[in-house]
Amino acid sequence: MSRDRIKILIVVAVLAAVALIVPNASSFVVLLATRAFAFSILVMSLDLLLGFTGLASLGQAAYLGIGAYLTAILATRYQIGLGNDFWLVVLAGMLGAAGLAAVFGLLAIRATGVYFLMITLALGQCVWGLAYRWNSLTGGDNGINLQHRPKIGIDLANNVTFFYVVFGFFAISLLVMYTIVRSPFGRSLVGIRERELRMKILGYNTWLHKYLAFIIAGAFGGLSGVLWAHTAGIVSPENVVLTTSVDALLMAVLGGAGTLVGGAIGASVVLFIREYLSTLVHWWQYVLGGVYVLVILYLPGGLMSIPERIRYWRGAQTNPAVAKKLAPASQ
Amino acid sequence: MDARFWLIQTFNGVSYGALLFLVGSGLSLIFGVMRIVNLSHGSYFLLGGYVALSVIWTTGSWLLAIPAASLAVACVGLVMERVFLRPLGFDPLRQVLLTVGFAFLFQQAALDIWTGNPFDIRPPAALTRSIVVGSLHLPLYRIFMIGVAVAIGFVLWLIMEKTRMGAMVRATVDDAQMARGVGIDTSRISMFIFALGAFLAALGGVIGGAFLGVYPGLDFEMLPIAFAVVIIGGMGSLGGAAIGALIVGLADNFGKALFPEVSYFTLYAPMALILAVKPTGLFGRE
Repeated sequence: MSRDRIKILIVVAVLAAVALIVPNASSFVVLLATRAFAFSILVMSLDLLLGFTGLASLGQAAYLGIGAYLTAILATRYQIGLGNDFWLVVLAGMLGAAGLAAVFGLLAIRATGVYFLMITLALGQCVWGLAYRWNSLTGGDNGINLQHRPKIGIDLANNVTFFYVVFGFFAISLLVMYTIVRSPFGRSLVGIRERELRMKILGYNTWLHKYLAFIIAGAFGGLSGVLWAHTAGIVSPENVVLTTSVDALLMAVLGGAGTLVGGAIGASVVLFIREYLSTLVHWWQYVLGGVYVLVILYLPGGLMSIPERIRYWRGAQTNPAVAKKLAPASQ
Repeated sequence: MDARFWLIQTFNGVSYGALLFLVGSGLSLIFGVMRIVNLSHGSYFLLGGYVALSVIWTTGSWLLAIPAASLAVACVGLVMERVFLRPLGFDPLRQVLLTVGFAFLFQQAALDIWTGNPFDIRPPAALTRSIVVGSLHLPLYRIFMIGVAVAIGFVLWLIMEKTRMGAMVRATVDDAQMARGVGIDTSRISMFIFALGAFLAALGGVIGGAFLGVYPGLDFEMLPIAFAVVIIGGMGSLGGAAIGALIVGLADNFGKALFPEVSYFTLYAPMALILAVKPTGLFGRE
C-alpha cells in the first residue's frame, strides 16, 4: 500500500512540475505538450482495454474521430460549441463515441485475442471509410478546418490557457480511469485478463464487464477527440486512419500496458520524436521504428517497467535466486 | 447503366480481385501457420514495386524485375522472421507490434532510397494493348493479371494439397501443437510460409505497380484491403483467400461506381459483420 502511495505521489509531483514548467517554456513546447496530453487520453482509454482487460484494439482512433468530427461539424456548420456550450460538445463527443462503442462492442466483444484485433481493425476502417469518402459531411480528404477555439468565459485561443484546459481534462481523466481500475469492477477486468474462464465459473458476467469497459474506453476516446480537434485546428481522415490506431497501441505498449500513466509517457515520447526530432534530422522515423522494435524485443513491460527492472537487476547482483528468476523473464 | 456498365465493372472487379489474391493469400497463410497479424504485409507489397523499379532502371527488363523483386523481398521476410519474430516465441501481440515497427522502418527506408515521388511500372508494349470482345475494350494487362493470379493459385494449390511440405503446412494450420508432437518442424514451416507470403505480396506489388502506381503510403492503403480479403475468406485457407479476393475486388469496384460517398464503408462493414458472426471468416477452420 505504501509503495502505491509513493507511486501516486511521484505521478502527482511530476504532473505538477509539468504544469508549472511548460507554460514558461517556448510556445513550441506548449503546443507539443497540449498535443501530448490530448492524445494521451486516447492512449489511456486504450490501456483500459489492453492493459486491464486484455483486449488489444486496433480501432481506437475511431472514437477519437467521432469526437473530433462531431466538434468540427458542430462548430463550422451550426456554430455550436464556440461559447459556453463547449461543455455540451464535450458531453456530446463522449456520448457519441460511447454510443458508437456500444454498437461496435456488440460485434467485437465476442472475439478474443487476434480476432478481436482484426474485428476492431475492420470497424475502425468503416469509420475511416466514411470520413474519407463522405465529402458532403466530412470534407473528404481535405478535412475540416476549425477557425476559432471556444470562449468559455476565458478565451481558449491563448495557447497557454488552452494547455491548462487540456491538462485539466487529462488530470480528471487519469483520476477517473484510475478510480475505475481500482474499483471492484476494475479488479474483475484484471481477473478477466488473467483467466476469463475462471471468472465465468466464479459467476461473473464477463461479456458485460468487457462490454462496459469497451464503452468507457470509447467515451474517453471521444473526449480525446474533442480536445484534439481544437488542439490541431483541423480534423481529417488522417485522425481516423489505421496508422493512428496503431500509434495509440504502440504508445500504450511503449509506456507500459496496464499502468495508465505509461500511456502519457509513450504519447509524449512518440510525439517528441515525431514533432521535435523531425525538425532536426530527416531520419527521425528510423529512431521511432527503432525505439518500437527495441522496446518490444527487450522491454515488454514498457518504459514504466524500467525501475522494476533496475530493482530486479540489483537484487540479482546480491541474490542468485532472483538472478535465476530473471533469466527466463529476459527471454 | 446498361449491360455494358455491369460487364466492364465486373471485369475490373475480377482483375482487381486477382491482384488482391496475390496479397491476401500470403497474409492468410502467414496467419494460419503462425497466428500472427503481419502488419508489414503492405510494406512487402510496396517494397516489391520499388525493387522492381530499380531492376527495370538498371537492366531495362520488366520480365526480370518480377522474380528479382519477389525473391529480394522474400529474403527480407525470411530475415525478419528468423532474427526478430522467432525469438519472441508465441506471443501474438508483441509479434504484431513488432511487424508495425518494421513497417515504419521500411517506410522511411523506401523514402530514403526511392524518394517520395510517385512512379509507374511500365509493362512491355505487348501487354498495354487492349482486345475487343463484342463492343467491349478489355485491356490486355488486366487479363494478364487474372492469368497470373490463376497460375499462382494453381501452383499454391498443388504445393499445399499434393506435396509433403504442403501437408505439413496444413497440419500446422490445423493444430500447431499436435504438428510439433508428431515431429513436424513448425519453426521451419513458419520460416518457409513467412518468406512465401512476402514473395507473394511483392509479386503483387510488381504486377499492381502498373495499375496502382508505386508511391509512399501505398503500404498502409493496401494493408487493410488485404485484411478484408483474408477476413472474408477465412484465415489460413487458400480457397477462402481466392473467394475473399473476388468479393472484395467486386465490392470495391461496384461500391466506388454506385455509392461513391460510402464506398469504403460498403467494403469494411460486411467484413466486420462476417467477423462478428464467424470469427474465423467464411471458409476458415476453427
